[in-house]
Amino acid sequence: MVAIAERILLTKSNVRELHSISVYLEHGGYQALKKALSMPPADIISMVEQSELRGRGGAGFPAGRKWRFLPAGRQLKRYLICNADEGEPGTFKDRQIMEFDPHLLIEGMTIAGYATGSCQGFIYIRGEYDWIAKVLVRAIKEAEDIGFSGNNILDTGFSFCVDVFRGAGSYICGEETALIESIEGKAGRPRLKPPFPASCGLYGEPTVIHNVSTLAFVPFIIERGPEAFKSFGKPGSYGTKMFGLCGHVNKPGVYEHPLGVSLKKLIYEDAGGIKGGKRLKAVIPGGLSAPVLKANEIDISMDFDSLTAAGSLLGTGGIIVLDEGVSIPFVAQKTAKFFAHESCGKCTPCREGTNVIRFLMDRLMQGKGSLNDIEQVLRLCRYMKGATLCALGEAAALAIGTMVRKFRDEFEELVK
Amino acid sequence: MDDKVKKLIIKLTHRFPKKESAVLPALAMIQKRSGRIIEDDMEEIARIMNLPEARVFSAASFYSMLSLKRIGKYHIQVCNNIVCSLLGSESLWDHISERLGITEGEITDDGLFSISSVECLGSCGYGPAMQINMDHYENMTVEKTDYIIDSIRRGEWWL
Repeated sequence: MVAIAERILLTKSNVRELHSISVYLEHGGYQALKKALSMPPADIISMVEQSELRGRGGAGFPAGRKWRFLPAGRQLKRYLICNADEGEPGTFKDRQIMEFDPHLLIEGMTIAGYATGSCQGFIYIRGEYDWIAKVLVRAIKEAEDIGFSGNNILDTGFSFCVDVFRGAGSYICGEETALIESIEGKAGRPRLKPPFPASCGLYGEPTVIHNVSTLAFVPFIIERGPEAFKSFGKPGSYGTKMFGLCGHVNKPGVYEHPLGVSLKKLIYEDAGGIKGGKRLKAVIPGGLSAPVLKANEIDISMDFDSLTAAGSLLGTGGIIVLDEGVSIPFVAQKTAKFFAHESCGKCTPCREGTNVIRFLMDRLMQGKGSLNDIEQVLRLCRYMKGATLCALGEAAALAIGTMVRKFRDEFEELVK
Repeated sequence: MDDKVKKLIIKLTHRFPKKESAVLPALAMIQKRSGRIIEDDMEEIARIMNLPEARVFSAASFYSMLSLKRIGKYHIQVCNNIVCSLLGSESLWDHISERLGITEGEITDDGLFSISSVECLGSCGYGPAMQINMDHYENMTVEKTDYIIDSIRRGEWWL
């Protein structure tokens, strides 16, 4: 059991019916919003900046800096979007908040909306989370009825409505500009950047986009101050993170820890070790896009910098544990199939690259491949890197390329 | 398209700052009501929102939860992504496919079932996962799936 003191987001996970506003209020809910609305927006931005909160969706961009990028002057309409697309394979953390503590997200969004001068917020939730979308809609209604959301919030004159927008089954809509296209009623294809959403986003207006977990930290930072937030984690990676452990572990689930927790501890203590007493083979530490780690590399601190230094990524914190019985070429084939299926087709390196890699992986798995096919996969991964419009193609190249490089003997076994 | 649906779509357009944002909600609503989206629907949406038809078609054909082809009344979507595969979704798929006598893109003769192998459903901690129409099921087994299929056939399963 993780000590409650080690958590920020899941401190109230034992509270029943937390999704209803009366229970949320009993447990100190919406106090941060009251405090925030008594402060000038610029002070809130400073607090978030001082907390050095980094985005929890995968890229780790400093949240406060995103707010600073908004054009000066308040004459423009602005939008705040919460990215709840959660499509990265291995990731199932944000649903913990949305399903069981939706008011935390609404409170965080409303504070962020006030700080950024936004008129409207959207929660873009993946279409598959139908029941969670219903929880959110109900929670927003409750918050509006009491006056924590909607028009003239708490009689301060500030108005901010939150709407739930449901996706319709597309991984790429987790990319922020594809997500915006999707809300605009188009196919979810990423835009060329710049301009970035902060200057030209939804309907061409300045837009701030954050992951669910990022926004859920905002009430804590406002209520307890940036220093309290920085008492968790380590320099460069302050605060906590929800890690979702899945695959071959005894106790799959979501566990919150300060950044910098050991991956080994997460797997063997929180998740109860490998299923069936088997040996560990490999770990994908941050959702499928994060390059794989071998069993001897898991003595690592789970923070942004350590994982980047190890050639992987903290990503979404969705940790896929693979036991000794897993064939890495099988995992690579599945990965290739996934990215080929989800590539939006807009840019050539990704559309063609992912599909050719998929074809080569299928051929290798059928035993019809050659050593040259392995080389070709590696070459394509190299060419795709840095050549695609968004991070999808790059993620595919990095993830698959690393699997081939680290477990090359298993791929060569297929062509013998 | 009947007038009731048209009215619902017009209502949707008022919900957003710009009416084009109602394209996806409108398509999802039609998908839910009739199980598929036909050309007539897309033309009507384009007309109501004053958009080129191609734009509505490009959206309708892009998302995996929208279907331009006919599907069964109960559309079973089994996750085939890595984690669910490791936890047995492939044998689950084989079982369902064999049991219903159909494969990807086919519909049972009674029009009741169709199956589709889909990417990550966001239930990696609780796999194998599947979805029937909009209903989400986790920690699935062959027995549970059989129970659901049998119940649907007897008319005792409501979605």
